[in-house]
Amino acid sequence: MSLTDAPDEQREADEAAGETDDEGGKLVGQGIDRREDAALLTGRATFTDDADAPRVAHLAFVRSEEAHADVEAVDTAAAEALDGVLAAYTWADVEASDAPGVLPISAEALDCDPPGHPVLARERVRYHGQPVAAVVAEDRYTARDGVEAVEVSYDPRPAVVDPVEARGADAPTLFEGAPDNVAVTTDLGDEAATDAAFAAADRTVEVKLENNRLIASALEPRAALAEYDAGSDELTVTMTSQSPHGHRRKLSETLGLPERSIRVVAPSVGGGFGHKGHHHPGEAAAAWAARRLGRPVKWTATRSGNYLAGAHGRDHRTTAKIAVDDDGTIRGLRADTDAGVGGYGLGGGASLPGWYGSLLSSEYAVDAVHCRTRSVFTTTAPVHSYRGAGRPEAIYVTERLVDAAAREVGMDPAELRRRNLIDPDAFPYETPTGATYDSGDYEPALDVALEAVDYEAVKAAPDRDDDGRYRGVGLACMVESTGSGFETGLVRAHPDGTVTVYAGTHSHGQGHGTTYAQIVADELGVPYDDIEVAEGDTERVPTGTGTFGSRSTVVGGNAVAESAADVREKATRIAAHRLDADPADVTLADGTFSAPDGSAVGFADVAAAAHGGDRPAGMPPGLEATTAYESEATAYSFGTHAVEVRVDADTGEVDVETYVAVDDCGERVNPTILDGQVHGGVAQGVGQARSEHAVYGDDGELLTGSMDRYALPRAASVPHVETRATVTPSPHNDLGVKGIGEAGTIAAPPAVVNAVLDALEPLGVDSVDMPLTDERVWRAIHGEPGR
Amino acid sequence: MFPPAFDYRRAGSVAEALDLLAALDDARPLAGGHSLLPALKTGGADERVGAVVDLSGIERLDGVSVDGGETVVGALTTYADLASSATLRERARVLADAAGEVGDRQIRNRGTVGGNLAAADPGADLPAAALAADATLRLEGPDGGRSVAATEFFEPDGGTAVADGELLTEVRLPGASGAGGAYAKKTHPASGYAMVGVAAAVKASEGVVTAARVAVNGVTDPPTRLPGVEEALVGDPTGADAAERAAAEATADRDGATLVGDVHASGAFRAEVLPAVAERALTTAVGRARADGDGDAGDEDDADDAGAGGGR
Repeated sequence: MSLTDAPDEQREADEAAGETDDEGGKLVGQGIDRREDAALLTGRATFTDDADAPRVAHLAFVRSEEAHADVEAVDTAAAEALDGVLAAYTWADVEASDAPGVLPISAEALDCDPPGHPVLARERVRYHGQPVAAVVAEDRYTARDGVEAVEVSYDPRPAVVDPVEARGADAPTLFEGAPDNVAVTTDLGDEAATDAAFAAADRTVEVKLENNRLIASALEPRAALAEYDAGSDELTVTMTSQSPHGHRRKLSETLGLPERSIRVVAPSVGGGFGHKGHHHPGEAAAAWAARRLGRPVKWTATRSGNYLAGAHGRDHRTTAKIAVDDDGTIRGLRADTDAGVGGYGLGGGASLPGWYGSLLSSEYAVDAVHCRTRSVFTTTAPVHSYRGAGRPEAIYVTERLVDAAAREVGMDPAELRRRNLIDPDAFPYETPTGATYDSGDYEPALDVALEAVDYEAVKAAPDRDDDGRYRGVGLACMVESTGSGFETGLVRAHPDGTVTVYAGTHSHGQGHGTTYAQIVADELGVPYDDIEVAEGDTERVPTGTGTFGSRSTVVGGNAVAESAADVREKATRIAAHRLDADPADVTLADGTFSAPDGSAVGFADVAAAAHGGDRPAGMPPGLEATTAYESEATAYSFGTHAVEVRVDADTGEVDVETYVAVDDCGERVNPTILDGQVHGGVAQGVGQARSEHAVYGDDGELLTGSMDRYALPRAASVPHVETRATVTPSPHNDLGVKGIGEAGTIAAPPAVVNAVLDALEPLGVDSVDMPLTDERVWRAIHGEPGR
Repeated sequence: MFPPAFDYRRAGSVAEALDLLAALDDARPLAGGHSLLPALKTGGADERVGAVVDLSGIERLDGVSVDGGETVVGALTTYADLASSATLRERARVLADAAGEVGDRQIRNRGTVGGNLAAADPGADLPAAALAADATLRLEGPDGGRSVAATEFFEPDGGTAVADGELLTEVRLPGASGAGGAYAKKTHPASGYAMVGVAAAVKASEGVVTAARVAVNGVTDPPTRLPGVEEALVGDPTGADAAERAAAEATADRDGATLVGDVHASGAFRAEVLPAVAERALTTAVGRARADGDGDAGDEDDADDAGAGGGR
C-alpha cells in the first residue's frame, strides 16, 4: 500500500498533473472537475419531470390513511365526474386488465410465500400511504382534486410498527403464511463454535441497540413519464432510475409485457440512495395507465408521497455480544436482530436484512461469529436497501461492541482495535461468515486517522472543555463490500475518431461521465474531450445492471476499460497496416499512432479506415467493442473515521469539532470525486447519527412525513470533513479499484456515537441510541425529564 | 403540492385590503406567504381559502421609524430589514436579534414581522421578542382600529387577538426596551423553528438591573413571559452570575399554557433545558445592558422608563 497523508499537497499535485494532460500524462488519478456540473448547476440538465409529451395526462394517487385495514369500498364516481378527470382506477381495473399488476417479490429467499405489492390496494392495505386508487386528469391540479373526491371506506385492523412487537403473540398478522410476521430467519456463521468461544473468553459484554429507520431524501422525488405507441406496441418509460435495465425487467413482470417492448430512459437523476433502484407502484401505475388510456401519462411523487411510500431503510433492533480476553483479544461476536421490512416485500427487500451479518467481523481477525436475523413484516412502508444497505448496520454493531469491550477490559479503544486487525499478510482472508476479503492493510489507515484527529492529545485532555462541555473522541474502522454482479461497457469509435462510451450503470450524482472518460482516455489514447459517456437508456446501452452498492467504478469502470483496450488493439492493427509496420512496434499517444520510422497516422484516420476504408485484409469493419464484465470476486474497501465532539450536558447538544475520514478504495480514479463521495456519505451518516428518524405512531401513522418533521442534516450541522487516503489496490480487477460510494454512511454513525459515549463516560453513560437528538443525549445523562 | 383554485387580489392600501377581505368569500391576507402558501399547497389550511389578498403593495406598512417616544415597525417589514435596522438595534435590540435568527437568508428576505406574529406558530421566533419588547400591536378593521398589548395578543393553538376581517398593521414598541436585548435560540433540527427560544430585554443603571422583560417561545403554547426570571433579575447587580441565577427561575409552568412537544423534543424536555437557553439570552442581554447603561448618559431617561415598564 502507499500512503497519501498530505491531502492539500496531493491535490496541488493532482492539479499540476492536470495541466500536463496535453503532454501525455495519465488521466486516471487526477482530480479533474466533473464535466457534468456545468449543466447541473446552471439548470440545463433534463430531469424526468422536465420531460414532456403531446397530450400528456397526469396521475396522482389516493393513499391509504390507515396503516392496516380492509378496504371495504372505493367510490370513484365523484372524481370521475369532475371536469378534466380522465379516469379513476382501482384494483378492480387492474385485475380486469391483462397485466399482473403486482410488484414481484423474491419469495424463494423467504420462509413464507407472501404476495407481492399490488400497484393499487387489493382488498387490504398494510401501511399508511399505500396507493389505493389512481386518478388521471388533464393536469396535476385536477388530478389532485380528483384524489380529494375519491371516497374510500376502511375496516381498520390493528397496526404494529415495531419489528420486535410484530413477533409477539398479540401482534396482528399481515400475511397468512407468516403467522408470526417473520418473513425469513437468516443464520450466518457457526453458532456452536461461537458458543464455545464465548465460554472460553475472559469476559463478555452485551450491547442493545437500534439502527434507526431512515427515509431516502433525494432532492428529486421519484417520477415517470410513460408513452405507449399502439402502432409499434412499444412502451417508453422515462423515469428516475438508478438501474434502467433492472427497471425494464421489473416493469415487464408487473405489466405482463416482454422486455423487448419496453424502453426505459433515465435522464439526469437527482440522487437515489437506493430507492430509485427499487420497483415502486408509481412508475408501474403510470405505465399501465398510459397503455390503458392511449395517452402519455406522467406521475411525479409529492415529497410527502415519497416519504410515505418510498422504500425506507435500516430499522434494526439488535442485541449483540462480544467475547474478549483481558489482553484485548476478541474471541467472538454474536448478534441477534429483528429487522423491520415493512408491509410488503419489495423485490428482495424482505430477505436483504439477513445478509448484514456477513460483515460483522469487519477489520478484525475473529474466529467465531454468529448472527441471527429475523426479517419481520410490520404495518409500515416497505424497507429496502438504503445507501450502505447492510454494511452500516453491521459496522455499527461491531464498532459499538469493540468500544464496549475496550471499556470492559480497561484498554484504549484504538489499542484494542489495533491488536485485533487482520494481518496484511493474511489476504485473501476468509471471514467466519463466509466473506473473502481481497486485500487490505488496515493499520496504516488507523494510524493516519489517529494522527489527524490528534487522538492522544484529545484523550489526554481534561474531561471538560474550558466552557464546561464534555470532550470525546470516537473511532470507527470498517470494511465495505463493493463491486458485485456484472456490468456492460461498449466503447464505440465513430468514423471521425470521436468516441462514445455506453455503460449499463447510471450515474445519479457519481460522475461517471467524468471517471469513465478518464479511464477510456488512458486506455484508448484519445483525448478526454473526444470521449462522451452515455448511460440511462435501454435502447442505447445494450444491457446492464445499474448503479448501487458502490459498484460502478469496479464493474463499470473495468468493463469500459476492457472495451477500450480491445478497440485500441484493433485500431493499432489498422494503423500498423497503414504505416506498413508491425503492430507490436506501433505506439499511440494523444490520438496519434507512430511507427519506428517516424511515420504517423491519426486516430481519426484510423477510425475512418475502420468504417469502410483501407484496413488489413479480412478484418471486419467497425471500431467498437463490448465487454460484459463480472469481477472475479468482491472488492473490499476499508478505512477508519475519527471524530472529536463536545457535549453540553445541560442541553444535550452535540457539536462535532473534528471529522477525519481515512478511506482506502484501492486505485483512485478521480480524487476530487472520491472526496465528494466521502463528504456526501458522511453527511448522510451524520444525519443518521444525529437527527434522521422515520417515526411511526402506535396507530401506524407516519409522524415524520415531511421535511419539517424528518430532520435531515443542514449545511450548518454537517461538520467539515477532512479526507485522507491510503491506497491498497484490489488484485481482482485490472484497474485495481474498489468502491467507495457508501463509506461515509457506514463509518460516520458509529464514529459519532462512540465519540459521544466517550464524552459521557465520566457521567456513567454507556449507551444511547441513534438518532442522538438533544433529548436522547440529555436523557442518557439526566434520566426522564420533568422529575 | 397543488392548491385548489383561489382568487388573487392585490391591495394598494390598508383600506382597500380591508374592503377586499370583507367582500371576498373566505379571503385571507398574504404577506410573506411562508405560512399561508404551504398550508394551501398541502391542504393544511384550517379552513377553505377562497381568495388571497396580497398586501405587498401597501408601502406604508414597510419599515422602522420613530414616532414620539415609540418605535414603529410596519407589519410588512421583512426579518432581514428588522435585523439590520440601526434604529431597532438601538431601541429594541431583542426584536432585531430574534428576526436575525428566523429561518435562513431567503426566508429572512421574504417573511414579515406581521405575518410571523399573526400566524403565531408557537415555535416562531418573534412572539417572545414582542413580549420582551413590551410591544403593542395595532389592528385595523372595518370598524376602525384598536391596539392590543403583546401580552394579550397570543392565544392557545396558534390563535391571536386578530378578529375576522382585521389586519395587523403596526408593531409599536416603547422606547423602554432599549439596547440591552438578546435572543437565544435552540433550533429545531427539522423545522428550523425554535425548539426553545428566549427573548430578554434588560435595562441596567450603575451596575444594577433596573428593568427586565423575558419571554419564551417554542416551549409553551401560547408563548409566555417568564415572570420569575424577571423578578430575580430586577435589582440584581449585573455581575457575572446574574444571568445564571435568574435563569434558574425559568419555568414553563404557566396558567393557560400547554407544553409544545414532538418526536424530536418532548415538551417536558424543552422545559428542562429552558433555563440553559435562558441563561444564554440573559448573559448577552445583561452584558449589553451594562455597557449601554454605563456608557451613554443619554440612555438614563430611557432606563427610568424601563424601570417603570418593568414594574407594570
